Amino acid sequence: MRITCPICGERDSREFSYRGADVALHRPDPEAGEAAWDDYVHLRDNPAGETRDMWYHEGGCGAWIVVTRNTVTHEVIGSELAAEVAR
Amino acid sequence: MRFSGLRILKEGLTGNKGWTPHWRDPEPKSEYDILIIGGGGHGLATAYYLAKEHGLSNIAVLEKGYIGGGNVGRNTTIVRANYNMPGNSEFYSHSLKLWEGLEEDLNYNVMHSQRGIINLFHSDGQRDYAVRRANSMINQGDDAIVLDRAGVKKMLPYLDYDNARFPVYGGLYHPRGGTARHDAVAWGFARGADSRGVDLLQNCEVTGIDIEGGKVIGVQTSRGPIKAKKVGIVVAGRSGQVAARAGMRLPIESHILQAFVTEGLKPCIDHVVTFGMGHFYISQSDKGGLVFGGDLDFYASYAARGNLPMAEHVMEAGMALMPMIGKARVLRSWGGIMDMSPDGSPIIDRTHIEGLYLNCGWCYGGFKAVPGSGNVFAHLMATDRYHDNATKFRLDRFRDGYGLMDEEGTGSQHNLH
Ligand SMILES: Cc1cc2nc3c(=O)[nH]c(=O)nc-3n(C[C@H](O)[C@H](O)[C@H](O)COP(=O)(O)OP(=O)(O)OC[C@H]3O[C@@H](n4cnc5c(N)ncnc54)[C@H](O)[C@@H]3O)c2cc1C
Ligand SMILES: [Zn+2]
Repeated sequence: MRITCPICGERDSREFSYRGADVALHRPDPEAGEAAWDDYVHLRDNPAGETRDMWYHEGGCGAWIVVTRNTVTHEVIGSELAAEVAR
Repeated sequence: MRFSGLRILKEGLTGNKGWTPHWRDPEPKSEYDILIIGGGGHGLATAYYLAKEHGLSNIAVLEKGYIGGGNVGRNTTIVRANYNMPGNSEFYSHSLKLWEGLEEDLNYNVMHSQRGIINLFHSDGQRDYAVRRANSMINQGDDAIVLDRAGVKKMLPYLDYDNARFPVYGGLYHPRGGTARHDAVAWGFARGADSRGVDLLQNCEVTGIDIEGGKVIGVQTSRGPIKAKKVGIVVAGRSGQVAARAGMRLPIESHILQAFVTEGLKPCIDHVVTFGMGHFYISQSDKGGLVFGGDLDFYASYAARGNLPMAEHVMEAGMALMPMIGKARVLRSWGGIMDMSPDGSPIIDRTHIEGLYLNCGWCYGGFKAVPGSGNVFAHLMATDRYHDNATKFRLDRFRDGYGLMDEEGTGSQHNLH
């Protein structure tokens, strides 16, 4: 599995560290309540197929990226800068 | 058909013509009292103990593939009771005791081998933790011995003791730990359940869970609809997907764990050895292959096969610990889909839907739990009460933060275990 960084191009997956599902971009309000925070921290769609997750290009440009990939085939479909997705 | 030494002798002398299939291949009935989704180790053991200890027999196990095709047939077979935290400690202790009587109970040779496990440590701090963990194990009534460097050297002369980064300081020795033949465990429980009247339905994928007025009433399967009063979800890496059929989202992320085996060698590794700092562990199978593995690949995956970086990492760690294995040739590698929970401990609980029960979150350590998990989950499904040795595996502990069991102390979040 090689991962494409929008800045650096296709790179060895060892340059990246994995954060998990892109729910990380949808942090609830501090006062949103227990259910919203449980949802954010613990509960996952955990799809078999296409997913969007967060990777950090630690061994490269240092960008956080959102990768669209397939959890069954390990195909990497695309990636965007997290800063742009969050905007 | 009972197995015995005499029987093997007789069959051997008469052309092995008297052996019969270990279980039936029945057609699904339209209704059962209890359905178990998932014919892995945990599902089969649950059905077995429901029949054996609770006198129930109108039960079916629904397996989408074949018996033993999931993680129960893909793991590295380590069986131990060396946990540290209340909740886990009494549960794994209970499970190990069931292992110790399992072969007689099932009349099946699961090749349970209590060859001992040694967890290596490499610093004063790690030694302190090993002592603390040993004390917890002893308090639980299990066995633990803290070995110093000389003590480990006597048992494992082949290690590199002066590795620059991780010199061996000693090891936590758990003599009752060991291994078992994974397939035989699945087959033994399958045969035991079948002989007590449980229907094992293979090639039967659950595609829907029927709920009416907050109560489960049955399931939809690739072999037609089946009604039931109670349904247990026991599908390991597929837990999120099956629970979604009941409209639930789980605190589970599916990850991949790889394992490796070499060509068969003469006996050279007598114990299970774990090198936590290098993310490496190893034992030798009865066929002679060195069976070893490491950590997760560390990204969500349903591929049941991993990528090369982790393969390389595991080989490097193995070479660092025991340079002699560089001469062995790796024959095969494979992966399994792990149901990772945020705190690294399992979930054995009811759900908010009446009659629907959940057993998952086994991460990379559910093989040793097979008898224990089946036993306590059967108790929960039959009596609607937690078993005394499994009161803390609540589904809602993540939401309220009460009773988290984070053995590694890394935090109760995904991707930290
Ligand atoms: C490489 C590797 C090494 C491991 N090493 C160890 C170890 O040394 N010690 C240890 O204790 N544990 C170990 N484990 C973990 C252990 O194997 C698992 O935790 C345990 O086997 C999971 O429970 P199970 O046996 O019930 O799972 P499985 O055997 O995976 O059973 C689940 C079953 O559910 C079925 N299923 C899924 N979806 C559906 C559906 N919709 N309908 C019907 N059926 C369905 C699947 O086909 C599967 O057969 C390891 C795992 C792996 C992959
Ligand atoms: Zn980059």
